[in-house]
Amino acid sequence: MKRHIEYQHPIFRHLPEKLILLALLTLLAPSPVSAEYGDVVFNKRSEKAGMRPVIFSHWFHRIRYKCNVCHTEIGFKMRARANDIHMADIKDGKFCGACHNNQIAWGPEKCDLCHSGLAGLTSGIIGGNTTGGPGKL
Amino acid sequence: MKRCIVKQFINVSLILCIAQTTFGAEPVSHANSYWLPLAQDDLHDPKNPALHLLQNPSKALSVLPSDGSGNQVNWGKALENNYINPRINLRSSTQAEVLNLNVLFPDTGEMDMVDFPHKQHTEWLVCSNCHEDIFKYKARATKFGMFDILNGEYCGRCHGTVAFPLTECKRCHNVPRTSTAAPAKAN
Repeated sequence: MKRHIEYQHPIFRHLPEKLILLALLTLLAPSPVSAEYGDVVFNKRSEKAGMRPVIFSHWFHRIRYKCNVCHTEIGFKMRARANDIHMADIKDGKFCGACHNNQIAWGPEKCDLCHSGLAGLTSGIIGGNTTGGPGKL
Repeated sequence: MKRCIVKQFINVSLILCIAQTTFGAEPVSHANSYWLPLAQDDLHDPKNPALHLLQNPSKALSVLPSDGSGNQVNWGKALENNYINPRINLRSSTQAEVLNLNVLFPDTGEMDMVDFPHKQHTEWLVCSNCHEDIFKYKARATKFGMFDILNGEYCGRCHGTVAFPLTECKRCHNVPRTSTAAPAKAN
């Protein structure tokens, strides 16, 4: 007797296993980040000094200043965690203090406006919801 | 056996693609609700008494040219069409000139070639941001690949963190190999 072999598209072969794998991958996928793309957390010293971590928003600043201002004139390296910033530097007019001096933007005595992050955050930059690339926090 | 694994991988990838386009599609319209208020963004502390003084992203970003990734803003268009007018310097001595020079990267494997426009980059940056720490001035002197970029090196310094993310392949890989419209200069 001739055996009848039903054609099955490869996508349907081992379907239960595939579905299980898909479910596992979904679980393993990073949860969507709700913060804004390009937000930076500074927490190397903040919490150790009893302050909230600093949240820097690229979106807010790039509306007002081009990248060059902070990344050339002020001297911020274009690499999250590569900038070693002390509060004393800011008060001396360096780093954030180049603008946050009560002339261009609010001054360093307005602690809560910059030290606004949740406790326990790790320093780094948010890559956003559509990339698993270098920006992972 | 190897072929079987490869087939299986392709099948799973296909299912994942379908699932992602079905369930994970980007919102088409950019209603203000896309950008979460700072108090709900899992980054800012809602108990911070000064939080209400900070601008929420929806207020600033919803009026700018929209995009399907990153901040959901096409920053290039925002600048080009004068939606925003950011300053290029604090000191008048800082020289910042827009350079109108494209560089073709032909060694891109099976992907379309990359036509790098200096113009869009020098609208935001000056030469020293990229040269020579990240890229040598000399054409073809800097060897890098997509893996480096995905690791946050070279183009990945900004693309994937502040400039449009690495999921937007075609924005860089935009010159078909058959194209006769050769850009100004080969890299």
